[in-house]
Amino acid sequence: MKIQEKRETPFLLIIFFLFLLLVGINAGEVSTVLETATRICLNCIGIG
Amino acid sequence: MLRRWIQIIATFLSNSYLLFPFTRNIYQGTLKSFCTPGLNCYSCPAATGACPLGALQNFMATLRPGLQTGYQHFGLYVIGTLGLLGSLAGRMPCGWLCPFGFLQELVHKIPSRKFEIPQFLTYVKYPLLALFIFLLPFFVADEFGYGTTWFCKFICPAGTLEAGIPMLFLKPELQALVGLLFYNKLFILGLFLLWMVYSRRPFCRVACPLGAIYSLFNKHSVFKMTRDPDKCTNCKACYNNCPMEVRFYESQNDIDCIRCLKCMNESCKFGAISYEITGFEESRDQGIKGKAVVRGQ
Repeated sequence: MKIQEKRETPFLLIIFFLFLLLVGINAGEVSTVLETATRICLNCIGIG
Repeated sequence: MLRRWIQIIATFLSNSYLLFPFTRNIYQGTLKSFCTPGLNCYSCPAATGACPLGALQNFMATLRPGLQTGYQHFGLYVIGTLGLLGSLAGRMPCGWLCPFGFLQELVHKIPSRKFEIPQFLTYVKYPLLALFIFLLPFFVADEFGYGTTWFCKFICPAGTLEAGIPMLFLKPELQALVGLLFYNKLFILGLFLLWMVYSRRPFCRVACPLGAIYSLFNKHSVFKMTRDPDKCTNCKACYNNCPMEVRFYESQNDIDCIRCLKCMNESCKFGAISYEITGFEESRDQGIKGKAVVRGQ
């Protein structure tokens, strides 16, 4: 296994998106996703 | 072979609610709080997770009335999930975990003359992402300020195949509601199914907004593909065997590279292709043995 120069960008991206994820969870978006995904949206699947 | 098994397992795990013929309804448990990494309609009777694109459109469609009432949900949970996956592996979920991508690879095995997809068409997915996932659901609203899920409603062939058609069988009373909208979606599904036979993963490359999101991370993800210029002979074996028609010898970590590793494991005879994980490179000292891969096989 060769070792190349370390890259910082991926870790900065991970920290940024982890922050967004936590803000979303804290805002109660998980329950919104659950509520949306457990309903059959006829309009969404082209019926109705 | 390992990838094929992972694709099968991922497709099954994304659609493992097998009680739907008895309940005559979709799965409504807590697993649906989580977004699936691939495109998998949550209105599919067997779906166990939430489609990130559907969830994102719903956030955009309800954002305007939410802003007025102080109930502000921007979809950061979904954006964060997709961003995390993208930061780690770029488009790898497309190649390993997406059920619709898996379907396209299977359909493409039908013997026929094969055609390349013009390069310019591979950029269509970006305006589709901007318009149908973010802008139209937010800006085009009804009298109450609610938008609609434009991509699901007018385009998504995965939704038609996994949810629209099965729901018509599961709930026959819905057949009375079928109209122009559904026929339009059936036409789009038929078009892509036919295209899959002749071209490699056409939906992923031309129209998938989820792939478009992941592709933005390809050049900056933890996992990256690398090419050894000293070993590469530009023989194009990688390109000929790539399910996304990526010219790896010209562009490593291309926007369409789904990190399936077919180029590394099944194509390159010279050991010129490897991957690195944040600086730690895993390379092949030897290329694959045997004949160069012939296009279309």
